[in-house]
Amino acid sequence: MLAVATGAVLLAMGLALVRAWAGPTVFDRILALNAFGTKTVLLIAVIGFLSGRPDFLDLALVYALMNFIGVIAVLRFSKYGHFGDHDEGETI
Amino acid sequence: MGPIVGDLIVVAGSIFIVIGGIGLIRFPDFFTRMHAGGVTDTFGAGLVLTGLAIQAGMSLITVKLLLILLFLWLTSPTATHALANSALEAGLKPKLDRQEEAPSS
Repeated sequence: MLAVATGAVLLAMGLALVRAWAGPTVFDRILALNAFGTKTVLLIAVIGFLSGRPDFLDLALVYALMNFIGVIAVLRFSKYGHFGDHDEGETI
Repeated sequence: MGPIVGDLIVVAGSIFIVIGGIGLIRFPDFFTRMHAGGVTDTFGAGLVLTGLAIQAGMSLITVKLLLILLFLWLTSPTATHALANSALEAGLKPKLDRQEEAPSS
């Protein structure tokens, strides 16, 4: 049953990759990136249970946080053109 | 009893994940695709991680799973809100069903 779930998550990751490749706007690509990151977290958790090594959950936890930071960073970059480390422009 | 129920919940969650993936491909416009992505983040992740927690029983693993679920449910709406806000400010308009009338005045 867990193997079925692994296959389903991999299939959905492939679909998200297709959207990231074909997306007409940059926001479609960022959305696909976000969905891909969430599915990566789920894939790591399921594979950890499938192979009997639940220590993988720590990696999944780190991925969940990194995914959020990555999406916000890319959004800031696509909005302002820089990451906001200089004092030019106003910050959100 | 416990492992079977956990397996069924995990498989139900993976069905939701595939549905979200198909919607990500087939929906016509960016904002509807964002709606399809939300299905993955809420129902898919919630059901999969809850099923794994039921399989693990009461242990530290369950705590970690619930922590991952809490982070996902806190960060994913924030990322979605920032994404929609950024897309609207960049001038992306939602695709409407009715025809857009010419501005009258």
